[in-house]
Amino acid sequence: MSLWEYANPVKFLGLSARVQPFVWGGAGLCLAVGLLWGFFATPDDYRQGSTVKIIYLHVPAALMAINAWFMMLVASLIWLIRRHHVSALAAKAAAPVGILMTVIALITGAIWGQPMWGTWWAWDPRLTSFLILFLFYLGYIALWEAVEDPDTAADLTAVLCLVGSVFAVLSRYAVKFWNQGLHQGTSVPLATGGRTVSDVFFYPLLISMIGFGLLFLALVLYRTGTEIRLRRARALLARSERGA
Amino acid sequence: MPDLGKYAAEVLAAYGVSLLLLAGLVVLSLRKGRKARATLAEVEGRKHG
Repeated sequence: MSLWEYANPVKFLGLSARVQPFVWGGAGLCLAVGLLWGFFATPDDYRQGSTVKIIYLHVPAALMAINAWFMMLVASLIWLIRRHHVSALAAKAAAPVGILMTVIALITGAIWGQPMWGTWWAWDPRLTSFLILFLFYLGYIALWEAVEDPDTAADLTAVLCLVGSVFAVLSRYAVKFWNQGLHQGTSVPLATGGRTVSDVFFYPLLISMIGFGLLFLALVLYRTGTEIRLRRARALLARSERGA
Repeated sequence: MPDLGKYAAEVLAAYGVSLLLLAGLVVLSLRKGRKARATLAEVEGRKHG
């Protein structure tokens, strides 16, 4: 069995329907446990007070904002190289979820930054690259809506996604590249394991991150199914109009 | 409810806005999905009917 079998819309919808209950259930469970644990059962930070509880929303949302763009990049590359419609529609389906994660990261960051930094916003490398990523998401969604022919829209948005990937990378590594600004470096470097967050904050954060990841997956699977059905309905309508 | 001290407004605002946005996207996605299913069923019904 090959992975490419799931480029067939019918097979994709079948698999998606089978796994979605588990993904939605896992997302709900992890979000409930992670956020409730973080909000109710973790102590205040000795310097940041109770604002440390914002970490359970801010970090997972920022992580998914960037990862959503990378998922769209992979799907866009598959579309450009292999012309599988499901991959183009999956990228389209992921964009609203990615922009929402970006908005949550920006809003919670501003709310957290005001009492800690004394400002809602600073033209800091990470914040600025994140704002540009948000604008790329907006442009990506607007381009899908603006172009009538779906294949042309998929081509143009895939190219935009490739360009925007520069800012997704910058959003993740801006602190390291420029080593300046208000925003700190990552507290949970999963690759190296050298985290600076105490266990008491880390475990609920980890569960919340898994919850956000599963919620993203559930939403993308569901929304891709919606896009596939809308595409088929449009194709059938166009065929019947041509036949009439 | 934990004692959030002097930052209660900030913490509650962050949770309120985030959960509202997440719930909003889930509801809108489900609504659009149901509409798409109905549209496709109607078009396929017209084709076969």
